[in-house]
Amino acid sequence: MQKKPVTLTVNTDTYDLLIEPRKTLLATLRDVIGLTGTKEGCSTGDCGACTVIVDGKAVTSCMMLGVSANGKEITTVEGLASRDQLHPIQQAFMDKGGYQCGFCTPGFIVASKAYLDENPNATEAEIRHALGNNICRCTGYTKIIEAVMSAAEVMRNS
Amino acid sequence: MPCTFREVITLRNFEFFEPTTIEDASSLLTKYNGKARLLAGGTDLIIEMKARTATPEYVISLEKIPGLAGIDYDENSGLRIGALTRMRTLEKDSLIRERYTALAEGAGEVGGVQIRHLATIGGNISHGSPAADTAAPLLALGAQVKIASADGERVVPIETFFLGPGQTVLNTGEIVTAFECPPRGENEGSQYIKQKIREVMDLAFVGVASSAKSDNGTVSDVKIGLAAVAPTPLRATNAEAIVNGNSLTADLLEQAADAASAQSSPISDLRCSAEHRREMVGVLTQRTLQAAATRAQG
Repeated sequence: MQKKPVTLTVNTDTYDLLIEPRKTLLATLRDVIGLTGTKEGCSTGDCGACTVIVDGKAVTSCMMLGVSANGKEITTVEGLASRDQLHPIQQAFMDKGGYQCGFCTPGFIVASKAYLDENPNATEAEIRHALGNNICRCTGYTKIIEAVMSAAEVMRNS
Repeated sequence: MPCTFREVITLRNFEFFEPTTIEDASSLLTKYNGKARLLAGGTDLIIEMKARTATPEYVISLEKIPGLAGIDYDENSGLRIGALTRMRTLEKDSLIRERYTALAEGAGEVGGVQIRHLATIGGNISHGSPAADTAAPLLALGAQVKIASADGERVVPIETFFLGPGQTVLNTGEIVTAFECPPRGENEGSQYIKQKIREVMDLAFVGVASSAKSDNGTVSDVKIGLAAVAPTPLRATNAEAIVNGNSLTADLLEQAADAASAQSSPISDLRCSAEHRREMVGVLTQRTLQAAATRAQG
């Protein structure tokens, strides 16, 4: 099947790629570009492990074609930390123990980043609702929510 | 960079088109009749393609067609919502929240935030699911569905759009382009309630939306939309007739609830029994009618 040329800006890098249309954005990030921080859980949009930010909005990258992301700006978990400093959300997940096996963590962190950018003063209830598209099968939700709340405070004060 | 990890689940091969006009998209659909699928938000289609319940050889994206997304309102002509408008946009739009509240509530019930950033109202309706979260609100808000093809345009009331589970009036080559609702004033209110097992990321086992105009306690222009309780979303017209032109007394609300229940024809499935669904249609008809009337009074 004919490959299509696409240009993706992922974190700070621009990639000119020739990809099969059947590659999801998740497959493009992981298998073509080699950024494997974004995880595949359910592959049906239910678990949120594959969450990335496309043009400022969190989406499940398993539900989007790579060709549909042509020309768009994508942020993955790899793009959150600066050279020598973790993003406050990443730091808070470490400080609060907001992970157990860690598989859902990139999705939670990226979804939280997008949501806090949109609603920096989010309440706990709002955060819980906004993270409803992310599943932690270790069921460590309490610590995850604590981490996001604490990161939100750090981000508000900086 | 070579990757040594297991490759992610992917789709069968297909040819990808990004037409820039409805006419071109329609012509492609007709040319590849039965082998092509339209791609809007993708949150239904891509799941089907992964499950191999859909194996289109041609996928036609609507994304590059200008003017298909967006919300416009005019006090005379009313509301126009482009088919490619995302659920998240509808959920957050201040005009939709104020004047077409049930629709904001319905859109906000779809999937989770990430899904709502992708999913479109056109996809939600065209998919023909009896449980579609925007269907009952659009029924209650008197929506008209704009349909276009290479041969021209037509408009159908949403009541007549659905034919059965997964089946709609769309003919080969036809594409839903927009939804239009009459203008709404300060004295009109609406509400959608979705019954579900999980707080988010779940389908409705019953969905009810009501809309009403209220003047000094008398309701008029009442419309009630039901979802997930029949082969298609439908209007509870008998219940509407009972309350229209009256004030919402407890007795009348109960009569309306019974009428709405009687007009539903639910099935039992893993989510819920038919009996419970029928009962909840009545309960939610009462609640949404009352809320619509209350909201209509500001």
